[in-house]
Amino acid sequence: MTGLAIKNISMRFDLPNGSAVQALEDVSMDIKQGEILTVLGPSGCGKTTLLNIVAGFLAPTDGVITLNGHEVRGPDAERGMVFQRGALFEWMSVRANVSFGPRMKGHREKQYGENVDHLLDVVGLQDFKDKAIYELSGGMQQRVALARCLANDPDVILMDEPLGALDALTREKMQSLVLKLWKETGKTIILITHSVEEALLLGERLIVMAPRPGRIHKEYNLPFADMGVDADLREVKKHPDFHTVREEILGMIWDMEEEIMGRTEATK
Amino acid sequence: MIPLLIYAGIFIAAFMLVRAIAGGMARTGFSSLKTVTFGDESAVLPDRRASIISILTLFFLWGSFTGSIIVPSFLHMPGPYLGQATFDYTVETEDGQTDDATVTYLVHPAGEDVEPPEVDPGEGFAVNDSLVITAYRSELARLDRNDLIGRDEGARIVAVDGQPIEPGGRVDTDRARVTMSTRGSLNITPDQGWQMEPIWLPPPEDVFDRLIEIMTDGFRNFTLWEHLGYSLFRVVVGFALGALIGIPLGYAMGLSNWFRGWFDPIVEFMRPVPPLALIPLVIIWAGIGESGKIILLFLAALWIMAIAARSGVSGVNISKVHAAYSLGSSKPQILRHVIIPNSLPEIFTGARVAMGVCWGTVVAAELVAAEQGAGMMIMVASRFQNTDIVILGIIMIGVIGFGIDMLMRWGERVLVPWKGRS
Repeated sequence: MTGLAIKNISMRFDLPNGSAVQALEDVSMDIKQGEILTVLGPSGCGKTTLLNIVAGFLAPTDGVITLNGHEVRGPDAERGMVFQRGALFEWMSVRANVSFGPRMKGHREKQYGENVDHLLDVVGLQDFKDKAIYELSGGMQQRVALARCLANDPDVILMDEPLGALDALTREKMQSLVLKLWKETGKTIILITHSVEEALLLGERLIVMAPRPGRIHKEYNLPFADMGVDADLREVKKHPDFHTVREEILGMIWDMEEEIMGRTEATK
Repeated sequence: MIPLLIYAGIFIAAFMLVRAIAGGMARTGFSSLKTVTFGDESAVLPDRRASIISILTLFFLWGSFTGSIIVPSFLHMPGPYLGQATFDYTVETEDGQTDDATVTYLVHPAGEDVEPPEVDPGEGFAVNDSLVITAYRSELARLDRNDLIGRDEGARIVAVDGQPIEPGGRVDTDRARVTMSTRGSLNITPDQGWQMEPIWLPPPEDVFDRLIEIMTDGFRNFTLWEHLGYSLFRVVVGFALGALIGIPLGYAMGLSNWFRGWFDPIVEFMRPVPPLALIPLVIIWAGIGESGKIILLFLAALWIMAIAARSGVSGVNISKVHAAYSLGSSKPQILRHVIIPNSLPEIFTGARVAMGVCWGTVVAAELVAAEQGAGMMIMVASRFQNTDIVILGIIMIGVIGFGIDMLMRWGERVLVPWKGRS
């Protein structure tokens, strides 16, 4: 049994003042091996919480997550994570960051060196491999984070708004890079994002979550990720379906936000 | 007050002069193109010309007010009056007769042995007097003692230089201020000028001579280097022990509930206790020898380093720890490769603070009791009014404290170049 199975996950945070927040309620999904899934939703819908549970940083109050048949109980090298920012190690060079995972496993330079150099080539940082992290731009730093994750050869890559802190142009380039890496490596990827366009472009499957309590609102199967692998993403965006789905999802999120605002005002 | 006004005057004059001659500070690089500099702190740079003038001004004022050789003599402030001068006083007897007499006094620098000037006794029942007064001192003189009709015969002094004077009153003569005591004696204070007396503030060259003397001959059986070396040795050993215990303690407090709970009350209580307040207890327990001082400095550094290490752990971005776990790190690997390097900037900041506190504490501890050390040197010197040694000691303490801080900053730049840049 391969793939990632998320079964009936619920998450409740008990607050110090006695009340509780239902961050996730009965979330289930199956992700096939090699699938790229994007999760979209307004802030507060629990998408980051869900990712942290899958990564093993949080234990759900209910439900089980299984990867390739065994239960997820904590963080593990089989599930790599790419953070929005600030997760690189400033005290190491670019190359030392990328080779961090293999080194922690006790591998020798001979074993990982070739692969690390290959990955630095793929993300276009071969010339920067000896630079310090703080000398790189935000986009380059995210490419280091991607390469570092891939160097560890995880089964699943979890991305928590990895491109959220980048400017629009860099972001487009990075979206192409993510698709390219997905196709080349065949990894299972779960990507969380705020951006509807990004979710559409990068997701074979797109899940829209709704807030309070966090739950799956709607699911789409999309062709754009496959289209975008070899094409210019700007061409993909011109596809008539792209426009239709985007408007539909934007409207959906808009309604959710309205509903939240209404509810907050009602309680006041 | 006068030195302050002169200082302010030089400040303004130098500013105007430099502006007029060389213009404003030449700005280079990016900030040269900024039009808004007032309010933009990053565009404010120290004008090094001002720094140089500032230091020269300090030495100038110091030299000028002490009559130093480093300042040309026409720039010296007026010194104390030296030499011979006179004033007259008038005596009135009970039955109304008056007579004048002249007081001749010789003011001489301290340390010189001089004879009173010879004077003619003069005519009348008031006899002329002759006095010797050391510079900066005053002389209480019973001038009527040699008079034919004096205080014991009911006569009293009624005027000085023709100006009437009463007990408690005063008359300013050419070279001296003359006051009258309640019993009718005259107190003569020659003009002291504006200069500082060497026992209050010695001129720079005296301090320099003393530096050479203490460097070669020593002070209280130890040379200057030994005094400073002892202080520095105590600081380094005390700080090293404090860091050796404090840093692991801080890590443990940042990583374990039990350690945090156990040591929190101790650390939080000890942190606000000034190390100086521990000196009496340390002396009671460990005496005034080396071990007492090192224990004191150990305690001074311990809490600072423990807190620095603890905040270094808590300051680690949780994403880094999560990332390291996701990359397959074990707990020891997280500690070794993430937490320790990530806390280094905090630890360096703590170390700088701790070294500063230790340096201050060691001097204070030596002031209280020590056989040798920079603090002991200035304390003993002050008891003997050796102001030059006190000033010399303060300068050396400042130089070393500054040197320690520079060294720590250099170490910080080399070892944690990523500080503040992530």
